[in-house]
Amino acid sequence: MNNILKKSASFYDVYERRPGADKLTTTYCPGCGHGVLHKLIAEALDDFGVREKTIFISPVGCSVFAYYYFHTGNVQVAHGRAPAAATGIKRAHPDSVVISYQGDGDLAAIGTAEIIHAANRGEGITVFFVNNAIYGMTGGQMAPTTLVGQKTMTSPRGRSVNNEGYPIRMSEVIATLKAPVFIERVMIGDTKSTMHARQTVRKALKLQIEKNAFSFIEVLSACPSNMKLTPSRSKQWVKEVLADYFPLGVKKDVSEEFEPKDISRLVVSNSELPDALNLETAKVDSEKIAPYREKKINEEIKVAGFGGQGVLSLGTVLSEMGMRHDYQVSWLPSYGPEMRGGTANCSVKISQKKIGSPLVANPTILIAMNRPSLDKFENDVISGGLIIYDNSLIDRKPVRDDVEIIAIPATKMADELGNTKAANMVIVGALIEYKDLMSQEVVLESLGDVLKRKNLVELNQKAILRGAEFINNLK
Amino acid sequence: MAKQFLKGNVAVVKGAILAGCRAYYGYPITPASEIAHAAAMYMPLTGGTFVQAESEIAAINMVYGAASAGERVMTASSGPGISLKQEGVSYCAGAELPCVIVDVVRGGPGLGNIAPEQSDYNQVVKGGGHGNYKCIVLAPNSVQEMCDFGMLAFDLADKYRNPVYVLTDGFIGQMMEPVEFPEPVEKIPEKSWAVKGTKETSDNLITSIELDPDDLERHNQKLQQKYAIIEEQEQRAEEYRTDDAEIILIGYGIISRIMQTAVDNLREEGVKVGMLRPITLFPFPKKSVTKLAKSAKFFLTVEMSNGQLIDDVRLTIEGNVPVYLYNRMGGNVPSIKEIHDEVMKLMRLS
Ligand SMILES: Cc1ncc(C[n+]2csc(CCOP(=O)(O)OP(=O)(O)O)c2C)c(N)n1
Ligand code: SF4
Repeated sequence: MNNILKKSASFYDVYERRPGADKLTTTYCPGCGHGVLHKLIAEALDDFGVREKTIFISPVGCSVFAYYYFHTGNVQVAHGRAPAAATGIKRAHPDSVVISYQGDGDLAAIGTAEIIHAANRGEGITVFFVNNAIYGMTGGQMAPTTLVGQKTMTSPRGRSVNNEGYPIRMSEVIATLKAPVFIERVMIGDTKSTMHARQTVRKALKLQIEKNAFSFIEVLSACPSNMKLTPSRSKQWVKEVLADYFPLGVKKDVSEEFEPKDISRLVVSNSELPDALNLETAKVDSEKIAPYREKKINEEIKVAGFGGQGVLSLGTVLSEMGMRHDYQVSWLPSYGPEMRGGTANCSVKISQKKIGSPLVANPTILIAMNRPSLDKFENDVISGGLIIYDNSLIDRKPVRDDVEIIAIPATKMADELGNTKAANMVIVGALIEYKDLMSQEVVLESLGDVLKRKNLVELNQKAILRGAEFINNLK
Repeated sequence: MAKQFLKGNVAVVKGAILAGCRAYYGYPITPASEIAHAAAMYMPLTGGTFVQAESEIAAINMVYGAASAGERVMTASSGPGISLKQEGVSYCAGAELPCVIVDVVRGGPGLGNIAPEQSDYNQVVKGGGHGNYKCIVLAPNSVQEMCDFGMLAFDLADKYRNPVYVLTDGFIGQMMEPVEFPEPVEKIPEKSWAVKGTKETSDNLITSIELDPDDLERHNQKLQQKYAIIEEQEQRAEEYRTDDAEIILIGYGIISRIMQTAVDNLREEGVKVGMLRPITLFPFPKKSVTKLAKSAKFFLTVEMSNGQLIDDVRLTIEGNVPVYLYNRMGGNVPSIKEIHDEVMKLMRLS
């Protein structure tokens, strides 16, 4: 009786998508709750005039073929993931009506996370949750909603609390969340309860159409085939046994006070995109950098120290400035747990040639901001290279005698400028002065573009000048 | 040329947005998290949506939904998260949904570590989930290419209605280099097959189920034909100093950057060595490999995995030329010197 779905414009007249000869009846067993619920939904879509804007999501389970019947946009999704797919769809088309339809294995077992979080985000979708206390499609295994003592293929002696725990009341669980607007458990039992279910289905869909509200409708429903009961006996079981453990009724309803959220998307034209996406590019002053075009620069720099000493930003500033001199540059940080031990290092390459490996194994320049860094990297420096170390923090001298060495009390100098954190820029100033890597003018001018903390630009400019001055006093 | 200095993981998001991607669904994981950070920052500002999903499983299914709806959509993760996404990627491939997945590979198996590896090659290039499917796989080796391939991936995804991976590693994701931004796309191809909540699309169906074995076989054959066309038309590779090369180094991503320097060093010593860098991993650049195999004495595959790339090299060469492996694992990266020394050792042996 329920396995023919007709007369609703939201159903196809002929189920062309159904394989085989029978294109007129559904795949549902006689007495199955799915068929009835389909009718209630289709009728509501007709009455509200939203068939065309509806997107119906078929789950994995007996209702996997809902798309044979619903003449709406249809998306069939993976087991348990309908609310996640619904999220992607609804956000792409905020004006559509998205129905996420699921069974109890689908929603309350494999898909528990997805439904909880879609509900918690208050996605503007309507969820129909068919609780028939069993896995229908796969042949009658236990569901999370199977009753204690109920025999199924995987609870042959009846569901035991010891082994399987208790049936989950999903409506009550979801009702603990703040975002859902309307939650009700109904049943497809007798005519009266089905008529009530009809009202609830309509209310839930209307709430989506009018307010983009999240509703969750649990539908207690019969699976006569797996219960091995006649359709009418199974409906009676739903009414007398299932509804006893899963109390019917509204679990949450804040629809009156719920204010529709604004889910419309910003429209950003291509001409506005560079601003929105921050595509601002660095300015290169060809005149000022001209003297550096002739230089043969090929530096591989390792910067190392404690986290918090600005080791990584020392590296990015050098690279950014290198880029402003039309050099090829790359910057590679040590990342992750390596950082947590309190030390940090980065590899910087600055060259006229295309850069191969961004990793610096044998630096031409080592910048050591603390003792462990000097200990760790001193021997890696190439013969003839340069070691710059902060001798206000490092209590030993490098032992290498085949490299140039600059001892600079960068931290002390930064302290004198009023901020320890500027030690890294003292070293930047010293390095570019010593090696004449870049135009100091360009570096000072661009510092404001490069540093994140704009209030520290002036201090850092001073630090760079101090570093350069230190080198000039050495010369 | 006007450039911006930024991280690989940020560049791929900017590239994607320039390609018209307006939806990001993902779950944080090192070393891919900056992709989520950048998407969280820029998607809302450019009219897109960003959701931090409850898991990678949810994320890829949100992608499935958005792709069904016709949106240019992306997600990103690293090894463990990609493993979780595989069922969803299979569904996307089965339902022929265009989407872009960035995998910033880290050390495995299990929790492994967060240092760079290339050990996701098999799970990304060979399908990875259940069923007879393939994803197009692009392997950038610079921050510029993270941006460029972020765009290219969407073109290929839409052209073939297929998932596309950008397969990279912790180094390329974390490093910073100058990037020159391409122009934003003017128009995204019309997707009349998508489900948009409109009259015109209300007969559309997105699904991967085919109950009848004949129907499903036909669907599979159609997919294989598509993959054959992709193999024919989309192979991409970069050759470096291969003209007179007797030894060919082959490796992708960060490895190619290291190999390039190794090649230069070896050339200075008079060794006739060149490099082939696969840019597409599926389709594997068979044409280039086959061509180079005609004149090469041997190939050396360099990878940060347990001999995953080398399988494709060997399958292509079919035993005509010896193919050797030099690999590191666990987050160790082969050095220029290691590659240099391996070539010298093999030259002595051969
Ligand atoms: C990942 C995955 N695991 C398992 C299955 C097999 N499976 C298909 S339907 C189903 C249970 C469906 O039960 P329910 O959600 O209660 O829906 P019903 O059939 O009762 O309507 C299972 C376990 C699957 N398709 N995918
Ligand atoms: S097996 Fe159960 S749930 Fe599935 S169609 Fe039959 S009655 Fe309905």
